[in-house]
Amino acid sequence: MKFTWFNLMPWPSLPDNFREEHRSVWVDIPNRLYDPHKGHFVYHEYMDQLEYADSLGYDGIGVNEHHQNGYGLMPSPNIIAAGLARRTSQAALAVIGNSLALYNPPLRVAEEFAMLDVISGGRLLAGFPVGTSMDTNYCYGQIPGLTRDKYAEAHELVMRAWHEDEPFAFDGKYNQLRYVNLWPKPIQKPNPPIYIPGGGSVETWDFCLDNDYNYSYLSFTGYLRGKKLLDGYWDRVAARGKDESPYRAAFAQTICVADTDQQAEEMYAEHVNYFYNRCLHVHSGFADAPGYRTIKTIKADVLNALSEEMQSLFPNLTWKELVDEGYIIAGSPATVRERMEDLIKSLRVGHIFCLIHIGNMPDWKTRYSTKLFAEQVMPHLRDMWPEWKDDNRWWCQPLDERLQPENGIEQARQDARMPL
Amino acid sequence: MNSRMIETGRGTKVRILDAGSGEPLIFMHGAGGLFPENPFLDQLAQHYHVFAPEFPGFGESTGEALLEDMLDFTLHGWDVVHELGLTRPHIVGHSMGGMIAAEMAALAPNDVSKLVLVAPAGLWLPEHPIPDIFSFLPHEFAQYLFHDRSQGEAMLTGGLDLKNPEALKEFYIGNSRRLSMAGKILFPVPNRRLSKRLYRLSAPTLLVWGKSDALIPPVYAEQFKAQIANAKIVEIEKAGHMLPYEQPEEFVRSVTTFLQ
Repeated sequence: MKFTWFNLMPWPSLPDNFREEHRSVWVDIPNRLYDPHKGHFVYHEYMDQLEYADSLGYDGIGVNEHHQNGYGLMPSPNIIAAGLARRTSQAALAVIGNSLALYNPPLRVAEEFAMLDVISGGRLLAGFPVGTSMDTNYCYGQIPGLTRDKYAEAHELVMRAWHEDEPFAFDGKYNQLRYVNLWPKPIQKPNPPIYIPGGGSVETWDFCLDNDYNYSYLSFTGYLRGKKLLDGYWDRVAARGKDESPYRAAFAQTICVADTDQQAEEMYAEHVNYFYNRCLHVHSGFADAPGYRTIKTIKADVLNALSEEMQSLFPNLTWKELVDEGYIIAGSPATVRERMEDLIKSLRVGHIFCLIHIGNMPDWKTRYSTKLFAEQVMPHLRDMWPEWKDDNRWWCQPLDERLQPENGIEQARQDARMPL
Repeated sequence: MNSRMIETGRGTKVRILDAGSGEPLIFMHGAGGLFPENPFLDQLAQHYHVFAPEFPGFGESTGEALLEDMLDFTLHGWDVVHELGLTRPHIVGHSMGGMIAAEMAALAPNDVSKLVLVAPAGLWLPEHPIPDIFSFLPHEFAQYLFHDRSQGEAMLTGGLDLKNPEALKEFYIGNSRRLSMAGKILFPVPNRRLSKRLYRLSAPTLLVWGKSDALIPPVYAEQFKAQIANAKIVEIEKAGHMLPYEQPEEFVRSVTTFLQ
């Protein structure tokens, strides 16, 4: 099993009456609610936590891209990842990821990901989300009905740029480039492992299987609801005659660990509540621009976690319901272990994106939960897929000899020495 | 009206409603498509040979992927005229259809007899931003589209009860398909630089507007008039953006008077 510690980086100071006063945490949320002075401390706290997770032995640390919102403060996850690349040396850098259709030209993604891979010594996991409709269509103005076509072209361009050793011309519908000639190129060959975060479209599953990419299901409705969808994915894997390595799939799960089940509720309930009721308070009209999802996917009736229906559900969920129905996995280390085993087996996933910092959770609680999970849960879950233990197709391949941050900082402070 | 399918040279398959006799008049619908009942078309057909094509992505017409940008839409309009074998038709375009009609006339000004633009899209005034139809919830459309909101609601849903989940899903799928197509020329800002081309219009042009248009307010009529050489404005009382549906008699009277 591989565990990646994610920080969504929510804005922790949305007012108590946010839900009543504002229709959406995304797109048209008033930006006067953002305070850059406070933001200074927030970014550093969140980056410190990611570094802390690295020091505790999490396999990866994760960041992602969102725009104009109070849910996640990383319009450019690459900037955060660059900071982490310099101050960590073990964990994979999971950038899940860059929304390909938003870059013009998307060669920028090939370049920045190559930079991150080189700086980190080959630790990059490269995510290519289509992006939420809020980000892609409403914030960045991409035409919904053409977004997937543009994404597909961008993907082709990025992969060719990484793979080819001679300059080439690219005559795309959305990008025309006379000389594509990537400098720098990534360390990992032929390319860093690719992760495709998605909802539930058959097209996305096929895209992952065509290219042998990891399919990452990001959901806030938990693993019990996620099962229906991942069952569909595994059916598709079987139908396509692919092997059933659990590392083909990742799942994001909100996790709260304390000494006892009771303590978990006392410590974390308010932050979970903040997350579901403020950070996920998205105007339904922004959740799914007409044309963003294909008619085929809509007809397949895949639940949109941000639909009006879900929105009206969140405020009324009690802690018990959140836990019992698997939205969150919370409790003592023993409880969390048991639920995690159930999740991992029933979804057949080899990668967990651990959402342990939640909403407006203070630093000390975040570290407390993070440490308990690392020390008392993670070790027991490591070998759940013994028959696939050597399957590293979806993990990074760092350089054996790479710079260590401790040495690096010391060296950087030394005066120049003339070579003898 | 009669209904039949035609195929254009590009390969789109288009349903055509047609009725009446006399001079050819082609009607280009808006982003919501044609309704099950379109009384104003029946009334126009008492004076003209009316053709109402449905754009790909609307109703039974297909070939959505073949149309991607403004030029595709514009040429598609002329492809339909060509397949129908029409010579110098009157073109009447409503909202998105008005934008396409204006583009058609800019591309081939001598091929249009007279032009009627009914609350057309295509211009953007920063001081009068057009509401974002692409973020509307199902129950929000009527208030922007109609003078009389409750009547409008009934017309929009065609009698569907949006509280019924199945009906809501049907509406949602149809709406997604239509607006996905419309988005190619209207999203995120309904301006594909038509203003650079309006100088080419030479046909006599009528701008018809509902006085209570809350989507594309009547101030846009003045803008169009200022940029078109031979244009005049008619405003209709107690009508919103969907004026052909809301005030069919008054609408048809204005159009036929102009076309005579």
